[in-house]
Formats: sequence, structure tokens, C-alpha cells
Amino acid sequence: MNPKDLESYARNTWCPGCGNFSILNAMRTVLAQLHEEGCPIENFVLVSGIGCHAKIVDYLKVNSFYSIHGRTLPVAMGIKLANPDLKVICFSGDGDSLAEGLDHLIFAAKRNIDITLILHDNRVYGLTAGQFTPTSPQGFKGKSTPLGSKELPMNPPELMLASGATFIARGYTHGIETLQKLFREAILHKGFSFVDVLQVCVSFFNLYESYNRRVFEVKGNDTSSFEEAQKIIRSWSYDNSEAAIPLGKFYQVDAPTFDQVFPGYEIKAVDRDAQIKKVLEDLT
Amino acid sequence: MQDFSTLVGGTAGEGINEAGVAIGRLFNRLGYRIFMYYDYQSLIRGGHNFSLVRASEHKIGVHLDKVDAIVALNQETLKLHKKRLKESSIVIYDSEKVKVEELKARACGLPLSTVLNDEKAPAIMRNTCIIGGFCKATGISWPILEEVLRKHIPKEADLNLKVARRGYNAAEEIIKIDALDRPGFPVLTGNQAIGLGLLKAGLEAYVAYPMTPSTSLLHFMAGYAAEFGLKVVHPENEIAVMLMSLGLAYSGVKTAVGTSGGGFCLMNEGLSLAGMAELPAVIVLGQRTGPSTGLPTYTGQSELHYVLSAGQGEFPRFVVAPGDAEEAYSWSGVALNMAWKYQLPSFILSDKTLSESLYSFDLAAAGERREEEPLLWEEGEGYRRYSYAETGVSPLAYPPRKGEAVKVNSYGHDQMGITTEDPEITKEMADKRLAKGQSLARELEGYETVKVYGQGSTALLCWGSNKGVCIEAGKDLGLKVVQVVVLSPFPAGKLGEAMRGAERLIDVECNSTAQLAKLAGLYGLQADDLVLKYDGRPFSLEDLEEELGRRDA
Repeated sequence: MNPKDLESYARNTWCPGCGNFSILNAMRTVLAQLHEEGCPIENFVLVSGIGCHAKIVDYLKVNSFYSIHGRTLPVAMGIKLANPDLKVICFSGDGDSLAEGLDHLIFAAKRNIDITLILHDNRVYGLTAGQFTPTSPQGFKGKSTPLGSKELPMNPPELMLASGATFIARGYTHGIETLQKLFREAILHKGFSFVDVLQVCVSFFNLYESYNRRVFEVKGNDTSSFEEAQKIIRSWSYDNSEAAIPLGKFYQVDAPTFDQVFPGYEIKAVDRDAQIKKVLEDLT
Repeated sequence: MQDFSTLVGGTAGEGINEAGVAIGRLFNRLGYRIFMYYDYQSLIRGGHNFSLVRASEHKIGVHLDKVDAIVALNQETLKLHKKRLKESSIVIYDSEKVKVEELKARACGLPLSTVLNDEKAPAIMRNTCIIGGFCKATGISWPILEEVLRKHIPKEADLNLKVARRGYNAAEEIIKIDALDRPGFPVLTGNQAIGLGLLKAGLEAYVAYPMTPSTSLLHFMAGYAAEFGLKVVHPENEIAVMLMSLGLAYSGVKTAVGTSGGGFCLMNEGLSLAGMAELPAVIVLGQRTGPSTGLPTYTGQSELHYVLSAGQGEFPRFVVAPGDAEEAYSWSGVALNMAWKYQLPSFILSDKTLSESLYSFDLAAAGERREEEPLLWEEGEGYRRYSYAETGVSPLAYPPRKGEAVKVNSYGHDQMGITTEDPEITKEMADKRLAKGQSLARELEGYETVKVYGQGSTALLCWGSNKGVCIEAGKDLGLKVVQVVVLSPFPAGKLGEAMRGAERLIDVECNSTAQLAKLAGLYGLQADDLVLKYDGRPFSLEDLEEELGRRDA
């Protein structure tokens, strides 16, 4: 399968230079490769929230659920519980998963459900034209905070580490090969995998220059060590400092997944009438 | 004896509900039809709880204020409910805790704590001991009590029976309740009937966050999950509940959610998504006294208009309000079938009275419901999730389908499911959704969406759990009763037919704004009088008959 085969007829409406193009291209390539390797494309379901990121599902000729703001994960969890054989990939924004739907993100990690979440972390609300998000640096002057936001940013990988995610990585939309590698590993990981993608919004928060100067890829780190992962993750806290920004896989461990330990019964095999009769006898 | 009411009272944590249920089962075993109203507060220990168990030769769905027996585990029970006693009533009480001065009724005291101490039984068994005394006092034979306790309280059965026997032996027979020569029915709550109706119609998953009065449905489903191959999930909040159910539905799993008004508020965005994305959803909504936290463990019917219009935008929905256990069973199955046949949200609108009261359940009268298959996509040229059809219903396909993409969308979308804001498609899709509502309404022509009982020139208009009280008051006072079972699509035509011959219409509801009457008014049917109760308590038969008496009905 050629990645181009996965292109839908939808007209792309992202701004020229938008980081989302890299995520789309990387994902398309990975999906096509996985299909060739025996993971059929029809077994994938893509779920998105609302925001610029969410349009990605329109652009791919793959099963999808274009959901609502902040709610990618509960939808995805329903799909995974319905059919654990499906590969479920969520695309979500930083406003989407960290503000509107933070509860679901923490619970998805806590359950270690076998779902992948790609966080299009542009650190600004793009579609509503430029407000601060949970990962914007303190002092961000958006349209809702003209004097600069007074809040400190969240560190999403740190939050995920504390919540029980079993795969945590960070990518950057300049660097498509790393992105592809991380997406692929995240999808193949059994358990909740979280990829924070520094995705640049050229219209409202163009960080290309800053990121290009500061990012580096971590190598040789012990990804099974919670402490080491925590140390790497904490080396940059999404603030205004000039700290170097680590990219790559920070953490990966094996743990039972929710979809596997969830009591799975043979749905259709039940004689419902006989069971109902029995319940009614019990209640007589 | 045709009708016998018993009140069991004590503090929370003393097993007052269980005691009421046991007494209900005893009468059921004797061949009576029963109804039990359970009154409790939102606390775990303390407070005053009571169960009102009514047994009758006929099918009933309402309690009486006056009782034939009081079973008092504490003084407060007698103090609060003495006024319910009649000349002929009896009182069974804990002689070590309750003083019975100036009581007209015949009384029988039992030393419960002494018995429990002797038998080294836990304090919770006071209720079994006093039930033993109740049976002796009412002439219910020991073998029947033993059979009922062994079957329904199997935990520590021997000790329970010993304690019950001591209570039985310590009492004396005051009156004699005759056994009716016929078998009992299953005795179940409205929630259990809803659960069974959904399971019968093919439910495969139940998702809920606990909230009174729907919590017991979650417990029931979780308890029977293995037997029915049911997936039961209790997620982080009602937002997740609703969205999870839509993920399950997208994948072809028949799912229901359960909640009360507050939880349903959180589900609204998901509800609107179900409307737009055309995903089947079943919502069991148990109403309680609102607004906000209100009276969590008390009843109300104030969510009708809310349910009819909840969720942004316009989309069709099915709303049914069952009136008793049989209707709860039967119509819950219909609700599930309609959700899947028309790919829309379906509501089972209950209230605390229906959800948590106990009914004798007649399966034969409920009628058999079958799982109905939704319209499924056959292999063919490229699958389009929202393909146009005259009925508005597009065939369903669930992933994985080789070579196809199943795309659902909360945005305005085209037939493929891809986002569009094109004005023509926007209108076509809105028309498609409306067409589904019309198709649903056509199908419902074949159902008894409005029920009529009795006849008379004055008619009572009711919905939901008020069915029981209205039918009985109607019978006593010679009134016709019209029950609107389906609230959406509104059965205006059938309601008009039902009203034929009635000159006066009295609306009976458990809310303060007469929501059904207002709804009927939109279709040109005006209520002449209103009987509204909104103190959190259901109508007793006397309540309604007195109110109707004041109105010269």
C-alpha cells in the first residue's frame, strides 16, 4: 500500500506551514507500512476531538470517529472495549485533552488501556484564534489574556508518568523520521501510549525558531526506569527558559491492559430467554 | 381479606428495605399481588426509613396511607406513623426499645435484643426476628416463612431462621391472613424490570456512574454481567459514560446508560453528538426531586420537558415513560430496538417511584419483546455511513470492513461522513434526520403509545409511575384514565382518540408546572384542572382521591 492510497477527497484547510501536515504525513506512512506488515488498515480506528488537529481524520480514508472537544478518549475506550482487536488511535489537541478532557486522559493512563494518543501540542488555541492553553508558557499574551497568562504550564509527559501511562514519548513536527519511529512504536505498544508532539501553529504561536535551537534527541536512556524518565521529562517544563528540549522515547514498560483484564464475555453465546427465566425464578 | 398494608420502620442501616421486601415476598408467596414503596433519606446511618408494603388480590401500583400493621423497630416509627393505624390494625414492636401507650391497635412486643444476644446473632438480624413475630401475629405459617427466608436470605440461613423462629414463638396470632390459592409472581423493582427488558432485547453493554435512583440498575447489571455476557463499565463521570456508550455503539455493541437528572446534565453534549452522528443511544433516566441535588432519594416528574429538548440542535428522539414493572420490561426493549432501527437516542424515563418500588411482575401481561435487527449494510459499492434513503435510515456497518472506511462525525458531514459546511448538504442531512423521526413515528402507530382505562365523562391524564394511582382512583370514582406512554414522537392523534367522549380533563403529575398538560396543550388538548404533587413523595391512593374529591371529580 502506498501512503497516498490513504488520502481522502477532503480538501485540506490547515494553514501553509502548519505542523499538522507532518503528523498527517508521518501517520499515513506508518499506517501504510503496518498494513503491509500484516496489520490490515481496516483494523484501525482513528478518533479525534475538536480543533485544528481533529481535521486529520477527514484527510485519511480510514475508519474514524470525529468526536467532540475533549472527548476523544472516552469514545476510543468504548471502541476498544467493544472490539479489543481494533487498533485505536486518538488525535487530540492540548486544549482538547489537557483542558476540556483532562479527566479522561488521566483515567486512560490509569487504566492502561491499549490506545495510542497523539497530542498535537501547539500550546495555543488555533481554531478559536489564539488563546492560551494548559501548555502555554506563563505570560502568554493571547486574546483572552492580553496582559499575559498568570498560570504556570502543565508538563503533559510528567502528568502521564504519574498517571500510569506505559509509553511516553515526545516528537517535534520538524523531524519526520523521529515522528514516524515514535508513532510506530506507540501504536505497537501494548497499553496506553502517549506521544506529545510539539506541533507548531504558524498563525498564532510560531515556535519553529525556538524549538529548532533547543530540541535534541535522547539516546541510550533506560526507558524502563521511572526515575530516569522523570528526570528527562522534568528537564524542560514548557516554560520560558532556554532549557534544551528532549525528544524521543522516555518511558516504556509492560503492564496488564484494561481491555485485556476487563471481564470479556462471549456476547452472542448466551441463551437470554433461559437466563431471564432464571432471574425471574430467583425473584419469585 | 382483600387488601393488607404493612409499614416497617426503623433507622437507616437496620435493613428496613430488606424487611419490607421480605414481607412483600411472603404475601407474594401467599398468592397476593404486591406493591412496596420505600422511603429513605440520603444517609448511611440514622434517619428514619420505612417500607410500605401493600398486598392485594388485584394488581396494584400504589400504596395506601392507612395500614393494617406496623412493624416498629424503634419508637420513632410508632410516633410518626401512629396516625396511619385503624381500629383493626396491629402493631408488632421491639418491646425493649418501644413503648406502646394509648394505642388503640392490638399490639405484640418482642424482646429483640435479648433474642439476638441469646443466639449470638448480629444486630442486623433484628429485622428477621421481628418478621418471625409478624408472621405469627398475622397467621402466616412457619413453613412459608422458612421457605421465603431460605430462598431469599441464603446468607447465614440457619442463624437467620433460628432468630426468626424465636420471634415467631414469642408472638401470638392476632389475625389470620388467608392464603390465596394461586402462585405468586416474580417480585421486582422497576429498575430490575428495565434491566431485564433491555437484556431481553439484546443489550450487550451497560455503562453508568452511580446516582440515585438509577444506581440499583448498575448493581443489577453488574451482578448479572457474566450470565448475560454483558459488558458493565463504571467510568470516571457521566460525560465519559455517554461518550463511551457512543464508542461502543459505533462498533456495533448495543449499549445503555443510566443516570438521574444531574448526571444527565453532563451527558447532554454526548446526546447531541448521538443525534448528529446518528448513533444509537439508550438513556435510562430516573427522575428525582430537583432542581440540582434536590432530594436525592425522593421522587418527581420534572424532567419531561428537559428530556424532550436536551442537547443543542434539532434531532429526533424516542422517549417512553413506563408506568409499572410490566411496561418497564416491555418498553425498555422497544426503546433499545428503536434506538438501533432509527440510529437515534432513546430515553426510558423513570422516576424514583418506579425505579425503586417493588411490583408483582406478570410476564404474560408484559408481553414478549424480541430483539429487532437494525438495517445492516450488505457488501456492495463503497460504503457510505450517511447514505441517503427515503426513511432517513442509512445501513450500518461496523469496523473492520475490508476495503471500507466507516466514518462518523459530530460536524456537519456528507454521506461519506466527511466534514462539510455546504448549505445544500447541510439541509439534506437535517432533512435526513427529520425523516428518521417521521419513520419512527410511523412505526409507533402500531404500538399502544396511549392507554385508556375505564370510562367516564371526566378523564385523568397521567404519565409514568402515576399510572397505578390514577387507575385505582379512576376505578373508585368512576373516571376514565388516559396514560401517555410515549412522549416523543408525541402521539397526538392517539391521545385525541383516547379523549373522545370525555368532557372534562384533569391532569395528574408529580411536578409543579404540569409539564404533560403543557405538552398536550401544544397539540390542542387543554386540561381543565390540575392535580400536582411536588413534595418529593408519590401520591398515595388517599392523596389523589381527596384531591379529586375537592375538585368534585
